[in-house]
Amino acid sequence: MKKTNETPRVQQAMNQGLSASRKAYNTGMRALIYIAAAIVVALLVFLLGYILYRGLPNLTWGFLTSEESVVRDVQGIGPAILNTLYVIIATLIVVLPLGVGAAIYLTEYATNHKLVSAIEFATETLAGIPSIIYALVGVLVFAESLRLGKTLIAGAFTLVIMVLPTVIRTTQESLKTVPQSYREGSLGLGSGKWHMIRTVVLPSSIDGIVTGCILAIGRIVGESAVLLYTVGMSMQMQDFFRNGVESFFSASGSTLSVALYVYAKVRADFDLAFSVAVVLIIITLVINLAANLVGKKLKKK
Amino acid sequence: MKLIFFICGFIAIAFVLVITIYLIISGIPAIREIGLVEFLFGQEWASTAEEPKFGILPMILTSVYGTAGAIVIGVPIGFLMAIFLSKVAPRKVANIVRPVVDLLAGIPSIVYGLVGLMVLVPLIRETFNTAAGESLLAAIVVLAIMILPSIISVSETALNAVPKEYEEASLALGATDIETYFRVSAPAAKSGIAAAVVLGVGRAIGEAMAIMMVAGNVANMPDLLSSVRFLTTGIAVELAYSSGLQRQALFSIGLVLFLFIMCINVILNVFLKRNKEG
Repeated sequence: MKKTNETPRVQQAMNQGLSASRKAYNTGMRALIYIAAAIVVALLVFLLGYILYRGLPNLTWGFLTSEESVVRDVQGIGPAILNTLYVIIATLIVVLPLGVGAAIYLTEYATNHKLVSAIEFATETLAGIPSIIYALVGVLVFAESLRLGKTLIAGAFTLVIMVLPTVIRTTQESLKTVPQSYREGSLGLGSGKWHMIRTVVLPSSIDGIVTGCILAIGRIVGESAVLLYTVGMSMQMQDFFRNGVESFFSASGSTLSVALYVYAKVRADFDLAFSVAVVLIIITLVINLAANLVGKKLKKK
Repeated sequence: MKLIFFICGFIAIAFVLVITIYLIISGIPAIREIGLVEFLFGQEWASTAEEPKFGILPMILTSVYGTAGAIVIGVPIGFLMAIFLSKVAPRKVANIVRPVVDLLAGIPSIVYGLVGLMVLVPLIRETFNTAAGESLLAAIVVLAIMILPSIISVSETALNAVPKEYEEASLALGATDIETYFRVSAPAAKSGIAAAVVLGVGRAIGEAMAIMMVAGNVANMPDLLSSVRFLTTGIAVELAYSSGLQRQALFSIGLVLFLFIMCINVILNVFLKRNKEG
């Protein structure tokens, strides 16, 4: 954090004796900065205020927990919240070992520089691919070629590819911050490499792995294009406890952001769409706070 | 153990290869059938007509114009805001505004689409007296707002990383604070700011759902107030119901988009590498 700590009085003194054109430049540029800041702040306030204003009135406990029913005239996003949760869990179960494993390989084992840079180039490429391409690939590979259909599992697999770079990169960053002396100490005491990683390196970098998870969850919650085409728009409740886990492979269902799209674009039920938007913003807020908290802990170390 | 971790690492490469190969395999046949020139430079997209036409020039131009427009609006505001947060603002103000900017960076894009649909579209309809407010202009504004948070936070990080000595030297030589920010700090942080711009381009060109809600999705040649279709929305609109050649053509659009993105990634990598070194 760098701030020039001069008081306005000092600034005034500095501005004395400047040529007219420099004065004009100063005033003009300062004005531009303040105008830009005012625009951005006004935008932030308007966006958040408008969404809350439109969304909060309809946001009741019933709306959050119940399943929609035309017969009983009930609207609810309970299934969407659960589906979001299922997709997050399914994705993390696959992506965590993969991503952490890849990061461990890159920082602890890899000796071949060409291979390392190839893997890093691949993760950067994956991070830059827009979600609609993932949607295409998800439909093509998982839903059709592997015959999974529009199911939660097809969506989760597609998301695995999408969030893999995030997990790899954050884990890698935190593995790099583990002091070399820890590794040397552990190896010097006679532990094997895998034992050293398991007992010394991974526990010291757990914060980074958690951050990676949090960021991944953020991307999954915000994703709509991929899930719209791989998981589908069903708003019905999936009862895995009664139907067994294998129904996960045949169930489709919209997550929160897909539900927002359904409300806004398919049913033109905009107030409910804004209510879903409020829920999404609250989740984003929680995710940001959690990431900051973990980040601070990481810094303290 | 090493082998297991090696496989994990290799999977990232495998994913990229699979995506690339799949896109090429499924994108090439349609291009071959339609003809590369006809596909890329045909001015008409009528995929469901009796005599279907598959020209994606309108979409390419819309994507280019839309991204350029979002950058022209978003980058100057974002850059000035980054200078405000990093240098000008009192620390208390910055500490309140920064988390809100971060919050906006994390909000799902579809929420921006919703607000655009409810606020911007009616506004454009009434201001310009058009039949429908869903237009390229609405899409540009939504995109500009969407890329703003990431441009702000990436440029701010770059500005904060400028060594304090540079600024002190400039001040000591008699430059005013504003001159220091624009003529010393900003040039010193220029590769970071450039990375922010390229990142914004990447986000804008790849966005689908938000602009699908505000752009109208008719494949016209781009005009500020008419309904347009981007490369991304071109895929998104028809993916659910397409079949046959129409569907193959969607994969060809995906391939074109993928090539665009790869170029941007390469540029971004060059900037980031330079950032690390310098």
